[in-house]
Amino acid sequence: MSDLSENLHSDYMTLNMGPSHPATHGTVKFLLTLDGETVIDMVVDIGYLHRGFEKMCESVTWTNVFPYTDRLNYCSAIMNNIGYAEAVEKLLGIETTERCKYIRVVVNELSRISDHYTNIAAAALELGALTAFIYFVETREIVWDLLEMVCGARLTSNYIRVGGLMCDIPDNFNEELEARYPKLDSLYDDVDKLLTKNRIFLDRMRDTGVLSTESMLSYGFTGPCLRASGIDYDVRKAHPYLVYDKLDWDVPIGTVGDNFDRYLVRMEEIKQSFKMIKQAMKDMPDGPINVDNPYMRQPSKQDVYSRMEEMIAHFKITIEGLKPPVGEVYMPTEAANGELGFYLVSDGGGKPYKCRVRPPCFSMTAAMEEICKGSMLADIIPTFDMINMIGGESDR
Amino acid sequence: MDLFSFTDEFLIDLGLTLLKIGFILAVTVGFFAPVLTWVERKQSAIMQDRIGANRADIMGFTALGLFHIIADALKMFAKEDFIPQGANRLLHTLSPIIALVPALLTFAVVPFGGKYELWGHQVNLVISDLDVGLLFVFAIASLATYGYVVAGWSSNNNWSLLGSMRTASQMISYEVTMGLTIIGVLMVYGTMQLDEIGAAQENFWRWGIFLQPVGFLMFLTASIAENKRIPFDNPEAESELVAGYFTEYSGLKFGMFFMAEFIEMVTIGAIVTILFFGGWHIPFIETQDIIDTFNFSWLGPSIANLITMGIQVGVFFAKVCFFIFIQMTIRWTLPRFRYDQIMKLGWKILLPLSLVNIVVTGIVIMLLK
Repeated sequence: MSDLSENLHSDYMTLNMGPSHPATHGTVKFLLTLDGETVIDMVVDIGYLHRGFEKMCESVTWTNVFPYTDRLNYCSAIMNNIGYAEAVEKLLGIETTERCKYIRVVVNELSRISDHYTNIAAAALELGALTAFIYFVETREIVWDLLEMVCGARLTSNYIRVGGLMCDIPDNFNEELEARYPKLDSLYDDVDKLLTKNRIFLDRMRDTGVLSTESMLSYGFTGPCLRASGIDYDVRKAHPYLVYDKLDWDVPIGTVGDNFDRYLVRMEEIKQSFKMIKQAMKDMPDGPINVDNPYMRQPSKQDVYSRMEEMIAHFKITIEGLKPPVGEVYMPTEAANGELGFYLVSDGGGKPYKCRVRPPCFSMTAAMEEICKGSMLADIIPTFDMINMIGGESDR
Repeated sequence: MDLFSFTDEFLIDLGLTLLKIGFILAVTVGFFAPVLTWVERKQSAIMQDRIGANRADIMGFTALGLFHIIADALKMFAKEDFIPQGANRLLHTLSPIIALVPALLTFAVVPFGGKYELWGHQVNLVISDLDVGLLFVFAIASLATYGYVVAGWSSNNNWSLLGSMRTASQMISYEVTMGLTIIGVLMVYGTMQLDEIGAAQENFWRWGIFLQPVGFLMFLTASIAENKRIPFDNPEAESELVAGYFTEYSGLKFGMFFMAEFIEMVTIGAIVTILFFGGWHIPFIETQDIIDTFNFSWLGPSIANLITMGIQVGVFFAKVCFFIFIQMTIRWTLPRFRYDQIMKLGWKILLPLSLVNIVVTGIVIMLLK
């Protein structure tokens, strides 16, 4: 036997997985060292979607940063809008109106739902279950229809403004929402039946992608991936913002922290988000959506054309930008994928001195190497799907 | 006997055989392989709330998307025939042929109807009535493995190599199960001739699915694994291995692998129909009944036989279509296994189960004697 293994040609195989690979879709490269199908070593190479987001932000006014934030996590653009708006408002020290907060919760949760739909759909697709993928893409389309009703855009929504919103939600929005719940629920149940109790799906997801809790914390895991391993940390509960403390909802927690738990946590979060949306739509008060300060929130066009003060404010915001006091601020929000933090520094000018993003998937992508070492080549797929690396957000 | 003096009987036999070969080629290559590409698109579309292929049109007519078949063929012909640098040119070109030919050859022994008396001639609707038909099927099917393995190896691409390694292990493992499952059928019907197995299932309750229910499920599973379709599509697993063994193939060479897969679906449907699903028989209706029904005095027995033949060939292909439908439904419902899970299923579950099946079948046959 020893003779045989000596004479066998048994070098490791080096393989470039990506950037042009169906599972890495152009945004990342894994440099693999394989022994047969077992991953001996793995180097994660990111940066294929680097656009210089943070530098771009420094060259435009505080309000003009919003379109750039849309492109961070393009599966849930509004969540990035909200994260940035909350950070700037914290820097300015202003409080948005009650109605604005409720609307923000509704669109935030709708985005979270669409993000989870996309994530689970993509995971199913890459495990070969194309039908589950299409079902969840259909639900996502429905959610995007709703977001389109709110702000006119589907993918890069750009709806939130500093101190308020682009516009109010349509009057019949609640009816439109309720009309779509049955279809959303039935498609959700279909996918649930196709995947959750599917033995093949279970085999692929169970006990793959496991990482010890200590490692997770040291890498900086947040969001569904962290909660799947049993750690109860959700920014919405730990550091409540908007009106999350007024709503009744639960944080789903996993036990093992494998890919299947991550999947289950996401599926449950979709349900919890719908619960929050229903409550928020019910409790939503009437009133203004923007703060009553023309130097913070761009005044309405009617006022700009008819009143002196508003016209000056409009000019100043557009040309110079709003001017937060000198200082720095870090504002964490719970995005679909984990903690999305904006660290802003102001030098008192109309443009950000520094705009640093803490993307949730960046630190988790770094852990891919440790998770995947020793597992099989095929296990990279579900693990990478559940980590949910979004190029736009990770590379910025 | 003088070799060059052809008797009438010989000429008629030759003509009939050529006719049968022509029929099989027309049905598989001419009809099933192209139409199944359309069926797969449309069925998956229906299952997924989509519209499916409907864009290719000729002068504004789309014919439910059927013109996509022509578009596909044209595209494959027109594409560059790409051979990667460092590839073994001979083997790279040869392997799609090795993969496609066995899928077609299998049909040589698959009967698509019974025996009919037409104008004094005995017509047996099988191209070659081999004594060892069943063994021939396996011998030929195993050859296809070489096509896939060599394709991956000769491409000079690591993804292809991984794909062909997976193919080799998967196809060999499942061939064992398939072979053992068949032994159950052999024991029940006592013959290896496929047309006799088919003829033995005239009685509805003598169908293979009732006599060998476990064998039927195992055979269907193993044959889907042999055909490398989801949930067993590890050799090509597009999200893992890009496209597996055919990563470096383009144009018509890729088309041949593609066609081999679809023809193999038909082959699987045909063999499952013959072995387990009553072949060309309609449940509760015996062949003689059909002949008697059409045996009007003004028609003559030969015409009645001819009509019966048509009906039974139709029934056979209807059953084949049903099994193709089942294979497609499975493909569009399930995710894919992991490589080691496929091996585990093959060696640890299906193989022992097929051995148990043989033992149980043997005991039951002994007890019934």
